Parts: sequence; C-alpha cells; structure tokens
Amino acid sequence: MMDLLQIFLNESFWVASLRIATPLIFGVLGALLCERAGVLNLGIEGIFVVGAMVGWMTVYAGAPLWIGVLAAAGGGALFGLLHAILTVPLGLSQHVSGLGITLFATSTASFLYRTILPDVSSPPRIKAFQPMDVPILSDIPFLGPVVFQQTAMTWLALIMVGVVWWVINRTPLGVAIQAVGDNPDAVNAQGLSVYKLRIGAVMAGSALMALGGAFLTMSAFDAFFFGMVNGRGWICIALVIFASWRPGKALLGALLFGMFDAFQVRLQTEAGAVIPSQIFLMAPYVLSIVALVFVARKAEYPRALLQPWFKGHR
Amino acid sequence: MMIEPRGGISKRMQMAIPVIAAFVALALAALPLAFAGAPIFPAYWEMFNGVFGSMFSFTEMLTRATPLIFTGLAAALAFKARLWNIGAEGQLYLGAMGAVAVGTGLVDGPAILMIPLVMLAGAGAGAAGMLGPAILKTRFGADEVVTSLLLNFIILIFVQMMLEGPLKDPMSMGWPQSEPILDNAALPRLSDVLPSQITIMDRMRIHSGLIVALIAAVVAQIALSKTTWGFKIRAVGENAAAARHAGIGVNRTLLGVACISGALAGLAGVSEVAGLKGYLTTDLSPGYGYSGIVVAMLAGLSPIGVVIAALYVASVFVGADSMSRAMGVSSFLADLVVSLSLISVLVGGFFARYRIRFTGKAGSPS
Repeated sequence: MMDLLQIFLNESFWVASLRIATPLIFGVLGALLCERAGVLNLGIEGIFVVGAMVGWMTVYAGAPLWIGVLAAAGGGALFGLLHAILTVPLGLSQHVSGLGITLFATSTASFLYRTILPDVSSPPRIKAFQPMDVPILSDIPFLGPVVFQQTAMTWLALIMVGVVWWVINRTPLGVAIQAVGDNPDAVNAQGLSVYKLRIGAVMAGSALMALGGAFLTMSAFDAFFFGMVNGRGWICIALVIFASWRPGKALLGALLFGMFDAFQVRLQTEAGAVIPSQIFLMAPYVLSIVALVFVARKAEYPRALLQPWFKGHR
Repeated sequence: MMIEPRGGISKRMQMAIPVIAAFVALALAALPLAFAGAPIFPAYWEMFNGVFGSMFSFTEMLTRATPLIFTGLAAALAFKARLWNIGAEGQLYLGAMGAVAVGTGLVDGPAILMIPLVMLAGAGAGAAGMLGPAILKTRFGADEVVTSLLLNFIILIFVQMMLEGPLKDPMSMGWPQSEPILDNAALPRLSDVLPSQITIMDRMRIHSGLIVALIAAVVAQIALSKTTWGFKIRAVGENAAAARHAGIGVNRTLLGVACISGALAGLAGVSEVAGLKGYLTTDLSPGYGYSGIVVAMLAGLSPIGVVIAALYVASVFVGADSMSRAMGVSSFLADLVVSLSLISVLVGGFFARYRIRFTGKAGSPS
C-alpha cells in the first residue's frame, strides 16, 4: 500500500503522465474541432501516422525541428482536406470515408518511408526535442519539473487547448463552427458557407491530429516505427465523447488517461511477477471502452454530426 | 454549382462502378511506382504475371482470397444493418483461438466430427467478440465503431498472453506459438480432396476453407434477399425508426447480425489457422479484418459481390508482392492500391447517385 502511495508522490510519475497525455491532447482537440463542425473524422489513426512520418522525415532530411512540426501539420491538413471533400460537398458516409482515409494515409506514409529509406535495418534517429530547463520556473518544487521539464511540444499542446477553447467560445468563427455542427440550415440562411466552415474545421482538426503523431517521432521517441501509433487515434475518438466536445474536459480526459497509463507502467514493475504484463498493456484500451460506456447515454452529440448537408436541398 | 440527385441507379451502373474504381486505383498506382523509380509498364506486367502467370501463383491468390471472403462477408452483413463492425481483425483472432483451443488435443475424434467442432468453436468465439460491442450499443448507446476498433487491440494482446500461457506449445523452443492443429481437425488441402489430374503441384497451399467461404457467400446472399431475416436487416439498415414503427425488433436484429458477422470473421481465423498455417501466432493476419471492409464496400455490400471483390483485393496483394520482389518496390504499394480502391468506389458511388450541374451566378443569363 505504501508503495502505491509512493508512485503518486514521485514527481517522475507526473512528468510521465503529462508526456503520455500530450499526443492525446492534440488528437482529442483535433477530433473535437472536426466533430463540433459536424464531421466525424475516423481518419485520425492514419493522420497520426502521417504526422509521425512527415515530421520525422523532414527533420531527418536536414530541416529544423519546428519546420518538421509545420510539415507534419501540413500533411495532416492535406489528408483532412481529402476527408472533407469526400464527406462535405460529396456527403459520403463519414464512417467509411474516415476508415478509407486511415488506410490510405497509413499506407502512403509507410510506402514513402520504405521508398525513401529502402535499406535501413534499424530505424535511423534524429535529434529530437529535448526537455527544456526554464530558469527559475523549473526550480519551483514539484510543479517546476512536472510542467517545465517537458519538451516544447507538450507546451504547444497545452497552449492549443487554450487556443481551441478561445476560438470556439469567444470568436464569431467559433460560433459559426458550432452552428454548422448543430444546424447547418441556419448557418446557410445567415449567408455563411456551410461547406467552407466544415472543410476548414476538418483541415484544422486534422492538422492538430498530425501534431499528435509528430510528437511521437520528434519528442517521445526519435525515430519512426511501423505500428507506433498503436490505436492512439481511436482512443482519442473515445475521449472526445468522454470530454463532451469541450476543450477543457478534453485536457482533463487526456491527463486522466496519461495518469492511468503512467500508473499501470509503475504498477507493472511492482506487481509484474504475479500478474501477466499483457493485462497492463490492455488496460488503456479497456479504460477507453469503460469510459465510453459510462458517458454514452448522457452524451450530447453535435446535432448534425454524421449528417451530410447539400446546398439547395431541403 | 448545384448537386442534383439522379433518378435512380441502373443495375448495370451499380456493377460498373466498382470495376471502374478498381481500374482507377490501379492506374493511380503509377504515381507511387514512378516515385519509387520503377519502370511503370513492366511493373504492371510483373503484377499481372505474379497472379496469372502460373497455376501455382493463381492458387496462392485464391488462398489469400479465402480469409478476405469471410471478413468481407462479416463487414457486408453488418454494414447492411448499419452496424459498424470494424472489429473483424480481432474477431478473426478470436476464431483462430477458438479453433486452437479445441483442435490441438483437448478432444480427439474422427475428422467428420473434429472439423465441424473446430469451425463451431471459432465461429462461436468470433460471434462473442462482436456480441459484446453490440450489447454495449443496444444497452448503453456506446458507439460500436470505437468499441469494436479498440477491442482489436485488446484481443491481439490477449492472444499474446494466451500464447505465452495456456496455449503455448511446449515444443516451440520459446517461440510464442500454439500447438499444431491435429491432422484430423485440419481443413484438408484441395490437393488431397480433388482428383489428381486437377492438382498439378503438391506445393499448392489452397485448402477447403475456400469451399466453406463460397458456401457462406451463397447462403448469405439467399438469406439477405429471400428470407424475412434478410428483410429485417435491410429495413433496420435503411431506417431504424421506421423499422421499429413497423414492429421489427431492431435491437434483436442488430444482436443477431452482430453474432453472424462476428462468426464469419471468426471463420476467417479458423480457415487461416486450421487450413493454412496449422498453428496460431500473433502475425496470423496481415490486416484481413480491415481489408474486409474494403472488400465489402467494393462489393456494394452484396455477398456474391464480396467473392469477386475478395479475388480482386487478393490479386492486388499477391501481384504486388511478386512485383515488389522482382523490382525492389515496397510491398506497401498493395495497401496503397487497396485503400485507393475504397476511396474510388466511394466517389464513384456519389457520381452514380448525383450529377453536378455548373450554373452561372443567380441572375446572370445562362
């Protein structure tokens, strides 16, 4: 019992929690932005892979880290644009189109990686983002290391929570995005373009998702592996429902998830001898399903989610 | 620009769209081929030759198509009822585990009992794998897309755990693999059941799982188009509220479809483990569950169409593999073509249902 308490008191646990939460924060924010505008984006898993590959490859080719981040976001936005074209003006099934984007994005990223680097046996490494020591702030006991000994991408994720919250709740654009996800007819009646709003939201959301992938290869690790996204995108789709489509709650959900994951890793070293390690590996996915089941009945989906809207149709 | 619905889609149009989409996807593959620096037409020829060049490669393609028919049917039936079963990959592994659990020595008997028993165990395990998400949907309203997707990861880790624990082969020298399926529980090779003049080579791996898959497709086609159950599935899929109003037990229908869909995906696992590989490992399926979704969409959710679409997807995989070996192009090209086929068939479906009319601005003469 004391051992369990020790886990929570150790600051390395909280550092790890925030680190694990970072890609999920990007992913949930991205999914939230798409869904607030009425478009489910199941391309997320593949867009993570694209972000991870493009960001890493750009830096590997010699560009600075932040250019890699931008390239990842651009790659994500491009696949987001494809999903948006298929689901917004063409009004195709968001489920099937999203799965198609995931398959297409994953195979594109894998094909490009293998074609550019055909003969590497062990994945080459880049010099990834390092935890930054901020003078004075890092020396604050406990909070200092937890918040300020993270990499710049974790900070970017935290900043994006604020940005997305501000855009959605405090700007006319945000009001329009929410409206287009609830009642596109009303938006159209006001003379705004339903298509432009939805396509823009999906592209921006997909760029955020790609940053989640980029964090994996440029911050958490320093190389690209096949299968490294490993369901993180799907977990974000569950978390966004858990977060009732609110940026603040999205941060909370991702953090709770990160804490749980960091906790199970530490529990594994304590109890690994008695319980098979796979039980711990399953835990994050089981947790996502349980969380989804608990909130599902109360969830207030954006009212026009999944519903195509055609100009001139009633 | 205006988007107008067309009157209706002719049967011929419906059949033509996937064929056009398949060719468009193959044509688009010229871009990645050029990027990889491969000579384009020889590469296509190598792909074609890799499937139709010899009797052996052709039967390899049929062997690849077998699990795809099962997972394609699993997706097609579920999607028909608008039940989004994206968990066929996990259900495939559950089916394989079910087959291994009873087929490696737990019980023994003549093949005529053992083969149906192994198939039942696998189908049952697969059905249970989709029944879970379906119950979470009908009881708690939890989105089955997310739950069935996440279950894929849980099940694969569970397989790892079983292969390091109760299902581990003590003779495997530490490799995580199951004991081999007993000879009399294995699905026989076609070279063992067909007359010898048809089977030219004994290296051929094609097995009787293909026959089971074809029977399943025919049964599914008849069930869907000729029975009340099939009518209910279509009614629930087209308009659940109206179906409920008409007195159809929507939840019951969904749970039933979930079981059948899961069972079919489970049979894919049985066929791979008891027909092809002989034992279970964690790399049994290179994503057959996900490719099954593409197969189902290419087939327009028709069970007979699934057979044809599975042959196409399997040809892409086998052909691209062979081309990749010959020309040093990454075999991810196959995944690229398959995913492009899905996107093409979606877009094709749109243009069949709607026409786009370009009009001038309101008020301007047109």
